[in-house]
Amino acid sequence: MSTQGDLLHVVTSDAISPERRRLGKTLIWGSFGVMVAVFVVLGLSEAGRIGMEFATWRPALYAYLFWATCLCIAQVVLYGEQGKRSLFILPATLFVVAMVVFPLIFALGIAFSNWNLSSPDGRQFNGLDNVRQMWGDPFYWNALKNMVYYTLAILVEYAIAFGLALILASQIKARKFFRVAFLMPLMLSPVAVSWMVGKSMLEIRFGPISRLARWLGWDRPSFFGDPEIARAMIMMMDAWTFIPFMMIMLLAGLQAIPKEVQEAARVDGASGWRGFWEVTFPLMLPVSITAILIRIIFKLKLADVVINVTSGGPGGATDTVTSFIFREYRDRSNVGYGTLLAIVYLLLIVIAITVFMKLVDRWMNPRY
Amino acid sequence: MAEAQIFHDHEADKGHTAKWWMGRVAIYGVLFLWTVICLFPIYWTITTSFKMAPNVMQGHLVPFVDFEPRWRGWESLGLSPRLIGQESTVREEFIKRFTNSAITAVSASTLAVILGSMAAYGLSRFRYRFGFMRNPDISFFFLSQLILPPVVLALPFLVLYKELALLDTRIGLILLYTLTVLPIVIWIMRDQFASIPVELEEAALVDGLSIWGAFVTIVLPIALPGMVAAFILSLVLTWNEYFFAALLTSTDAKTLPVMVASQTGSQGINWWSMAALSTAAILPLIVIGILLERYIIKGMAAGAVK
Repeated sequence: MSTQGDLLHVVTSDAISPERRRLGKTLIWGSFGVMVAVFVVLGLSEAGRIGMEFATWRPALYAYLFWATCLCIAQVVLYGEQGKRSLFILPATLFVVAMVVFPLIFALGIAFSNWNLSSPDGRQFNGLDNVRQMWGDPFYWNALKNMVYYTLAILVEYAIAFGLALILASQIKARKFFRVAFLMPLMLSPVAVSWMVGKSMLEIRFGPISRLARWLGWDRPSFFGDPEIARAMIMMMDAWTFIPFMMIMLLAGLQAIPKEVQEAARVDGASGWRGFWEVTFPLMLPVSITAILIRIIFKLKLADVVINVTSGGPGGATDTVTSFIFREYRDRSNVGYGTLLAIVYLLLIVIAITVFMKLVDRWMNPRY
Repeated sequence: MAEAQIFHDHEADKGHTAKWWMGRVAIYGVLFLWTVICLFPIYWTITTSFKMAPNVMQGHLVPFVDFEPRWRGWESLGLSPRLIGQESTVREEFIKRFTNSAITAVSASTLAVILGSMAAYGLSRFRYRFGFMRNPDISFFFLSQLILPPVVLALPFLVLYKELALLDTRIGLILLYTLTVLPIVIWIMRDQFASIPVELEEAALVDGLSIWGAFVTIVLPIALPGMVAAFILSLVLTWNEYFFAALLTSTDAKTLPVMVASQTGSQGINWWSMAALSTAAILPLIVIGILLERYIIKGMAAGAVK
């Protein structure tokens, strides 16, 4: 794709009159002024400076919506047909800015304060106290360490998913049935999975997997008593739901490889194993990296299963950062500390993913 | 037939067939093993919802052979044939949660598909400049939302929603869910629009349609399969979402996953009713998965193949 100019050109002879231009400008700045005014009034009434009382900040939301609508209309008023192009992207942008950028800035404010939602004191700025508390919080570092383990488990998931994708792409009967069956775990909600698998099938006395374990010679199966085993169980449950996801992506990649390439390899005498490592696998690298990257992103959000099955136990061995912050909030209803932990987590993720992508880029396109 | 055979396999090739058969057996063995791994938990949950306490404790597995199916589990939801005609508070509660889940999931997915398709179309057809942001930057801005873990937004939203009186409302959940699936929709739809030739719209423009007219009447119908794929993927993610729902809803807007989760804590080992509830929670998506598998695969494959 070229980087200059539109792919789709709009040719119009819009003559925008000066009045129309003024109208557009008035719309934008007028509605912006209204929004600012609403915010100021709400802020003042919150501080108790003026007589008006507002129950909620709801008017601010309406003011933002009003400004956003006026901004969109003004695009057409100001630029005519050309302005209609930006209408495609403006709603989504305004939505994301309102829902992400603004709360993130707000989060930075919360992160450096002590704010217990159940106490009447409200928010108290406490500087770097939260950072100091985080530095000395062994459970947070433990949760971060667990995230590293959980992320490393992706390599095993990837190997299984790749194997299944290879089989599904080969000559088999009833491919559609197997594809649907393999896809099923992805459709299930993690909460349901945590009951279905974690709480009932892995139940020590009556669960079918415990029966199987006893039958196989494990006398007293306990799946959530030992830290290592508990973590492995959480990994397995999470893998169970998400292997189909990687499998489908890899399958799509396998089907996109031209048949001729593999045939040529076979003609040249590459056996199945060598053909795979020297032809199929290298061709699959870009797809694999996309699949792994998306899987990492999803893995870093892992929480539902942990919250519902082990709630972090035994002794924090299965805790993820998300489940830890969730419990931290549930137990103490302090939003300040939890937000700081979350922001630090976000920073670590951004750094880790950037480094990962840079390394991949260096590795895929070596500069000699 | 054997006498009439003209071509004979060479001895060396016959040795090959034994190996081929071994390979087949191994492949189908793996396939069936993995099918069991994938489907057994679902089978287990559905059958357990028809079990009684002794069946659970004795580990009965096959209905009608091992045990006589009973409606006990479904009765605790007020959904058995005996109770379906009567008033039932449990059923009302369940239906309320179910509707909440359905409304939030469908509205959030619809909103995300509308906003996402428009943005993706704009990004695939026009060059924008918002300050220093060019097209790749804008794309990155949208897709990078995927990295954002929900926990970063959760607590600020708790406070903001409290101020805005959106706590424990469906609207609040819908807005957040739209945000979480928007990057995925944009990802899928960008791919979809890039595969549609620009000449189609050029012809439409020449024929006198505006760009929005061309978008709605020409491009959208062609991109419909991609939109369905994006919609269904969003539906799966939003229907199953637990974290935000657990934090931001309490009584009115509580969704089905939160209901399932709250039951696991309180009621020890009342397996049959839990199984019935879990079955009811996963059944809609299982049906969607079986019927619309094609679209789900298409949606997930969108990012894989450039």
